[in-house]
Order: sequence, then structure tokens, then C-alpha cells
Amino acid sequence: MATVELERLVKRYGPIEAVRAIDLTIADGEFVALVGPSGCGKSTTLRMIAGLEEISSGAVRIGGEVVNDLPPRSRNISMVFQSYALYPHMSVRENLGFSLKVAKRPQAEIDRRVAEASDILHLNELLDRRPSQLSGGQRQRVAMGRAIVRKPEVFLFDEPLSNLDAKLRTQMRTEIKLLHARVPSTVVYVTHDQVEAMTLADRIVIMRDGLIEQVGTPDEVFRRPATRFVGAFIGSPTMNIVDADIVDGRIVFPNGDWLPVPDRFVGARLGNRCGLGIRPDDVYPTGHGLPSAAGSQVVEREAIVSVIEPLGNETLVFASYGGHDWVARMLNPSPLEPGRPIAMSFDLAKAHLFSTDHGRAIEPTGG
Amino acid sequence: MKSLRLGTPFLLLLPAIVVLLATVALPLALSFYSSLTPFKLTRPETLWVFVGARNYVNAFTDPVFWAAFGRTVLLLTVALNLEMLLGLGLALLMERVTRGQRLLRTLMMFPMMFSPILVGFQFKFMFNDNVGLINNALQSLGITDAAIPWLINGTLAFIAIVTAEVWSSTPVFAILILAGLLAMPREPIEAAKVDGCTPWQSFRYVTWPFIMPFAYIAMTIRSLDVGRAYDIVKIMTDGGPARRTELIWTLVARTAYSDARMGAANAMAYASIALSIVFTVYFFRKLAAARTQIAAEW
Ligand SMILES: Nc1ncnc2c1ncn2[C@@H]1O[C@H](COP(=O)(O)OP(=O)(O)OP(=O)(O)O)[C@@H](O)[C@H]1O
Ligand SMILES: [Mg+2]
Repeated sequence: MATVELERLVKRYGPIEAVRAIDLTIADGEFVALVGPSGCGKSTTLRMIAGLEEISSGAVRIGGEVVNDLPPRSRNISMVFQSYALYPHMSVRENLGFSLKVAKRPQAEIDRRVAEASDILHLNELLDRRPSQLSGGQRQRVAMGRAIVRKPEVFLFDEPLSNLDAKLRTQMRTEIKLLHARVPSTVVYVTHDQVEAMTLADRIVIMRDGLIEQVGTPDEVFRRPATRFVGAFIGSPTMNIVDADIVDGRIVFPNGDWLPVPDRFVGARLGNRCGLGIRPDDVYPTGHGLPSAAGSQVVEREAIVSVIEPLGNETLVFASYGGHDWVARMLNPSPLEPGRPIAMSFDLAKAHLFSTDHGRAIEPTGG
Repeated sequence: MKSLRLGTPFLLLLPAIVVLLATVALPLALSFYSSLTPFKLTRPETLWVFVGARNYVNAFTDPVFWAAFGRTVLLLTVALNLEMLLGLGLALLMERVTRGQRLLRTLMMFPMMFSPILVGFQFKFMFNDNVGLINNALQSLGITDAAIPWLINGTLAFIAIVTAEVWSSTPVFAILILAGLLAMPREPIEAAKVDGCTPWQSFRYVTWPFIMPFAYIAMTIRSLDVGRAYDIVKIMTDGGPARRTELIWTLVARTAYSDARMGAANAMAYASIALSIVFTVYFFRKLAAARTQIAAEW
């Protein structure tokens, strides 16, 4: 195990800055997920940590030591690639033991450690097969096994589950979680699946355009998004965010409809325009939401149903109010008809306000 | 009705069959038959004297034939190995080039654009013991003051021929291996780096298995090429001095056209073809094995 520190880390491809001076400290044994939309620089960051990509400026420290100029082999890391990158000309056994073989470990030790890894990952029946004779999930496990056989200080994962079908992905997610509990290690895990990030990580790093938007525990990034981008990125279905004017303690929508400024923002410096964000859990057809906890501030409005998406255990209702289609999560479904007005409850205690200038979340004053 | 049905496809194919018979099957049968006769171009009637395997027995008991045969195998081995090593080196360097790779690739192919006859003449001139560039250079640099008899001493002449062969055909290896390098997936190499490989280990355990099939393709092509080597040797030494650089095909040509002993020459030629077939089969086996190894999809 080791700490990983990034300091003003920059990666330039010609004029393009793929990673723009990011700072991040990852503690010993911590599981950190890097998330963000496609092209935001997650893989590039990971590859700089691995030593596969040259660092344009800044520093990477592993275990306190600057590793900028060390080749990957001297960094004591393991990486699981998105496309597995197994050696096609070697059997599963050879794939697993390869790193130990090139390190010239004794055969007995190689056998023992390969057996250990294949036990953990249930690879025992597959040891003599070639990668081409394996299914996607099995290849995935071999790639994982190859990483753990090395007993590295730091594990790097680059979207390891993105090529799997939904069911297998859920299963592998659990296995990774168990694995981390069993083999304590520092992990940097790149994904753009936020469910993976939320369930696996101790802390989540949300990146956008080569910059870090927010670092926090899954709970923090969900409950207190630092920016409008994070608010919209984390959570499914996406948070409702509507731009509106602030007039006399009211949030006024373009068509004149309005909601009061949430109590906990009264007295905050709101300016005269901001983005109001409410998660689909916090807006619902009256009587069909989560039981209101203490400290909620529910405001009821009449909205027009536009679309209904039943998902089995819950139903998503799209209803228009203030010129915007709000996504609402409805528990214990009741029949609704598009085009008909319904009473919608907005729980303003859970609302977020974002500045329209720079997208940062506005600090609440209380509540 | 039935015979007509069978007949139509046959009739349609007939022109092709006739052409093939006339251009391939007939000459092949004729040349094989003539290898069983004492046929001399100067005495056509000898074509009708059947002597069985006598030409083959003669060839196989003739030390001159075996010397030429052995030398051909030696040339094959030495030239192919050198070309392989140099071609691999060139390809690896070329792969690193980031700018102007196209231009360099074209430049690299240069030697292949010249007729082997001209390459022979050029190297004959360069290795000339009096006016040749090589002796000139060696003497000016003070490495030797005697004129080295390049094309006169048997061993030196062989070296000169190998040099010319290698110069003109290393690009075959270089370009095919480069194709292999460019086609190989990047990720296993990155995985190897992360797995702790030194650059040499990445090459040895990952890159090499991937480019091996390409090397074998080049080997097959070049073994056929060198197996029928004639032009460069004909020009540089004409198999001399005193048959010390004689290869199978220079011997076959001499027997056929200088001595006019067509039957005997055909017998030797068949022996040479057998050699080429053996090499081709060998390299194809290796190629198939190497392809299975990397689970190639082509
Ligand atoms: N070799 C390269 N040359 C130029 N630009 C590159 C190169 N590699 C990556 N980039 C750019 O750098 C940016 C970050 O790429 P990166 O691969 O890190 O994205 P990512 O966050 O991993 O995305 P994804 O989720 O799609 O994998 C992208 O805009 C990409 O176009
Ligand atoms: Mg990526």
C-alpha cells in the first residue's frame, strides 16, 4: 500500500491540454473513483500515474517519492485495462504468472501466488486455456488476477467493467468490493458509470475538461454537489436544474410561475438569477413520495403531466411547471394521464441553488 | 440429356483447361520426361533414348552437384539469417520514427527497385580488387595495404555475394516486420511494461511472438528467391573462380546451355525444386504455429 499524490499535474497533446493542473491526494489503502464524461482526461490521468504517458508538468508521487521519471516497471503498480490487454499467446496460468516470471521469482513461489489468485477469482478450471477461449467476464477476471498476483502498492483500473453486460457488471462490482476488503490496497478506479463509483469508492473525484470539479465521499457529492455540473452528473435520473430569476424572495420562472426561495437560503447572496436544482426524489406527485423527513419544506404546485415511464418498482413522471418538464420519482404508482393537471410537491429543503455565472453551488445560510 | 448437362460446364471450361495443359502440364511432363533421357540440345534424336534414373544417379553421385547444392543451402541460411536480423533492426528503428515515416519507408525500399543484374554489376565493381570502392576505402583508411582478392578467393567471393543479396533484399524483411509491428495491438505491450518488463523483456515475450508470423512470411518468400538465385551470382562471379561459388541454378544453366545436356540439367533442376518445396513447407508449418500462438484472426 502507498499514498498517491498528484501535484499540479498537466498533460498536453500539442496545443490541447487534456489534464489541466490537477491536485489530488489519495491516502494509503483508499479506494478512489475517477468519474466524468467521455474525454475529460480520466484515462490520461491514470496513465500518467502508471507511467505509460509522459507528464507534461507537475508531479506524481507514489509513497511520497516523485516517480515522474521512473518507468512503469519501477513504480510498483498494477493496471487493469479496459480491453483487458491479456497476452493472447499465453495460457491463463502464464498470463497470471508473467509479472513474477519476468521478475525472476522462483517457480514454486510463482505457482503458489498464481494458485492464490486463481482461488480468489475462481479461475481454477480455466488455467490452461488461452484468452481467446474465454468469455468476456472470464477475461476480466484474468486481467484482475494478473494485477493482484503482483501484490502492488497501487492498483489502477481503467473502466474495467465497461465491456460487460449489465448482469455481469453488477456481479463483478461485488467481487471487486470483496477483493478490496480482502487485499488491502490503494486503488484508483476510472469509470463513467456513477453507480460503480458510488458503490465502490471511499471517495469520488469528478472530472470535467481536464479539471477536477469536486472530490468527496459518495454521500458528499450526492448531497452537496459543489457545482452545477456535479449536481447534474451524479444521481440518476438526473437532477432537475432550471434557471430562474430571483425577485423579492421568490424564484420566478420565465412564464411567471414561482417557488419561494428555500428557507435555508434566506439571506444568502443569490444575485438576481440562479439555477434551481431539485433531485427527482425530492419532487413527486403529492402523496406519492418518500415519507417526508423532519425538516422538509414542501411546497405544492399544480403541474401538467406530460410523460409517464413505469419502471416496475417506481414510476418516473415528467410534469411541466414553470415552463420546465420536471422529472419526478413516484413510489406506489397510481394511474396518471398525460395532459392532466396533478398536484406536485417540491421539497425545497433538499433544493440546491447554483450560480449562473460560474456554476458553483451557493452556500446555504442555515437549515 | 444427362451427358449434355455434364458437357456444358466442361465445354465452358475447355479453353482454360487447354491453356493450362499447354502452358503448365505439357512442359512439366516434357521436362520431367527429358530428365529421364540423355537429351542433348545438339543431338535432338537423343530425346527418344530412355535411360531411367541415370541422370539423377549421376547428379547425386557428382561431387560438383553436391558442392553446388550445399553452397545453395549455405547461402540460404546465411543470407536469410542476416536479412532477418538486419530487417528486424531496421523495422524496429523505423517504428520509432514519428515524422517522415512514409518517406523513410519508401527510401528503405530502394534496393528492391533495382534489377538483380544491375545489383550484381554494381557489387562486382565495388568488390573489384583493383578499382573497387571497398579495397580503395580499406586502403585509404590504412586498414590493409594489400589488395584483397574479393571475387577471386572462393570464401571472399561468397561473402561478396552474400553482401549483395543482403543489401538488395533486407527490405523484404524490414517492410513485412514493420507491417507486423504497426498491426500489433498496443495494449499487451503496455500491460507488459506495467507487469515489470524491461524493454528487452517486452520485446522478447510480447512483441516478438506477434511479429513472428510476419518474419516467417518473409522467410518463405526469400527462401524461394534465394533457392533460385542465379542473376547476381552469374554477373559477379559466374560461379567461379573454378566453380568455387557455383550454386544449383548456375550449375543447371551451365549444364543446360553451355554443355547442352538438357536431360541432366532437368534432373538437377528437379532436385533444386524439391529443396525449395522442403523449405516452403517448413516455413509454412512455422507460420501456422506462430499464428495459432497469437490467436491471429487473419
Ligand atoms: N494521443 C493523443 N493525442 C491527442 N489528444 C489526445 C490523445 N490521447 C487523448 N487525447 C485527448 O485527451 C483528452 C482526454 O482523453 P482521455 O482518454 O483521458 O479521456 P477519458 O476521460 O478517459 O474518456 P473516456 O471516458 O472516453 O475513456 C481527450 O479530449 C482526448 O481527445
Ligand atoms: Mg478512458
